[in-house]
Amino acid sequence: MIHYIGHRLLQLIPLLIAISIIAFVIIQLPPGDYLTTYINQLELSGTKVSESAIVALERQYGLDKPMYQQYFIWMKNILLHGDFGRSFSWNEPVSKVIGERLVLTMVISIFTLIVTWLIAIPIGIYSAVRQYSVLDYIFSFIGFIGLAVPNFLIALVIVYFVFDTTGIAITGLFSPEYADAPWSFAKVLDLLQRIWVPVLIIATAGTAGLIRTMRGMLLDELSKQYVVTARAKGVAEKKLLFKYPVRVAVNPLISTIGWTLPTIISGEAIVSIVLNLPTTGPVLLDAFRTQDMYLAGSFILILSILTVIGTLLSDILLAWVDPRIRFGGVEE
Amino acid sequence: MSVELGKEMEPMPLDEMKEEEKSVEVASQWKLMWWKFRKHKLALISAPILLMLFIIIVFAEFLSPHLPLERFTDYKYAPPTKIHFVDAEGNFSFRPFVYGMTQEIDSETFQRTFVEDTSQKYPIHFFVEGKPYKMWGLFEMKTHFIGVKDAGAPFFLTGTDSLGRDLLSRTFYGSRISISFALIGIVFTVIFGLILGGISGYFGGAVDTVIQRLIDLLLCIPAIPLWMALAAALPQSWSPLKIYFGMVLIFSIVGWTGLARVVRGKLLSLREEDFTMAARLAGASNMRIISKHLLPSFASYIIINVTISIPVTILGETSLSFLGLGLQSPVVSWGVLLQEAQKLENLAHHPWLLWPAVFIVVTVLMFNFIGDGLRDAADPYK
Repeated sequence: MIHYIGHRLLQLIPLLIAISIIAFVIIQLPPGDYLTTYINQLELSGTKVSESAIVALERQYGLDKPMYQQYFIWMKNILLHGDFGRSFSWNEPVSKVIGERLVLTMVISIFTLIVTWLIAIPIGIYSAVRQYSVLDYIFSFIGFIGLAVPNFLIALVIVYFVFDTTGIAITGLFSPEYADAPWSFAKVLDLLQRIWVPVLIIATAGTAGLIRTMRGMLLDELSKQYVVTARAKGVAEKKLLFKYPVRVAVNPLISTIGWTLPTIISGEAIVSIVLNLPTTGPVLLDAFRTQDMYLAGSFILILSILTVIGTLLSDILLAWVDPRIRFGGVEE
Repeated sequence: MSVELGKEMEPMPLDEMKEEEKSVEVASQWKLMWWKFRKHKLALISAPILLMLFIIIVFAEFLSPHLPLERFTDYKYAPPTKIHFVDAEGNFSFRPFVYGMTQEIDSETFQRTFVEDTSQKYPIHFFVEGKPYKMWGLFEMKTHFIGVKDAGAPFFLTGTDSLGRDLLSRTFYGSRISISFALIGIVFTVIFGLILGGISGYFGGAVDTVIQRLIDLLLCIPAIPLWMALAAALPQSWSPLKIYFGMVLIFSIVGWTGLARVVRGKLLSLREEDFTMAARLAGASNMRIISKHLLPSFASYIIINVTISIPVTILGETSLSFLGLGLQSPVVSWGVLLQEAQKLENLAHHPWLLWPAVFIVVTVLMFNFIGDGLRDAADPYK
């Protein structure tokens, strides 16, 4: 097991380096560098920028050096000082802008993942066991709709209907009195009351896909000979179902966390913009609109790295759940 | 042979046997696939609906009652016009008609509402003369498929937007942009996917490893933030057409991975098949083996993958344009149209702004159904 985890960790290193290069390229993509934009911004607001300040900033981010050296300076600042650069539109260090929002994004994403599973696994099992029953068709149909309606649209429609019927705007993650309050137990409770709206909205698309996977896998498994043998030997239906087929069918769900997680984070980004949540989405959008590239690039970097870590955790979980992988060596 | 055997064992009248049972032994792969596809009822229903959509796309100018940029300044945020068969006095007429609309402002809330003016009656006609337009940018035409003869009369089947433009006409024109975007995107995606997946699967080795790691990399970056990043990098000075193709390329660059994986996987397994070995022993060249033996074997998988990718591209473009990072007005796409519905207060007072969403959902649903039907049909020997 340790050997397996070590191998996966080593595989991660080139991936992480590649991600950081992509994030750096994204930062460099828009014309003009960050400093000229920053100075323009300051001068527009009427502040004169002194020569010495410009030189100091240039040195700090190595903007006078060639591109590859800038990349290394950027990486060095992140790894050694946790300095992701400066967001000129917020006029604060990027890490300060990102911090709390990132935590909320992760909380919502993990909640969503759990909700997705809680809905998808039972429905998937039911649909496979009672294949072609009325409920199976209904679930399939709802699933298709869940796949066809973009997240932001579900968010819009739900917000509209709630507003139309009750007059309450269900945007935001906190009630007004807690929005700017420091963290406390009451604030967490408030968050828990409101978090399910974005969670359920983001979960729709993922759930639809997972139900189909679960149903398909379980159907394959149920037609195998060991199931027939067990039934012939008189094993109770319930035990027969949960002892092996369900366990095998759940595996692909775990192994697909790798691409479920990016989908959830993507979904979170767009839903949070519509629902105006204090998470990464709205800030990311603003960062791209105003070409606040250090902020935008850092978001991409951190979101991708979190995804990679999530994938790694899912691989370890899979190895733990499925002995065939644990003992089958390190082949994927 | 087995058909004859069956006849001997259980005497069944020949005409009761279905056509497919008779010829299943000699049917080609594509014929088998069609039979299997036919059994998927939802996919079968989806086909004509999608055909209707394509008719709308091709003849958008003719089918739209108005022009996409035509402003009816008296009818800003007008609700969908009701079509009547029975007038206020209870007289029934076979020709449907619409009433005129007048705006009223609530003296307390200053909210604008439209009420029907039953004194003005405008009958609806097919093939009416309206505002001139250029069909496919080529021929000057004036005939619209449906409309009212009075040019200033309110005939807005799905309401109007903030500038008093007819939403239905805009949605029709938007269909053309959104669907063509997805289709052109798919062409690029297939090209990238086939080439990179093909190289990866056929040659293997170091090239394969590099391409596979590249795919892993692209898959672990959340798609919407990545699209946003690339879209934001397009120069703002570009013309709408350039932006359109820039966006198409962005989606293909991010989206080719799925197809490349399918192509690679299939190639890897087909490479080991006996018929490939036989062809090689018979002295066929690499090119001939790929084009004559391998490609036809997984063409069906490519078609399925394409059908499944189209809705993904449609949803992606819609989401980005909705956020204001994708296509920009004056280009009209479904996502651009939904931008107006972004604000809750706008949506709450003018819910018909969601009409373009109906088109999105139906289109994506139909493509998904057909994709599902094709998936079932892909392996007819099962």
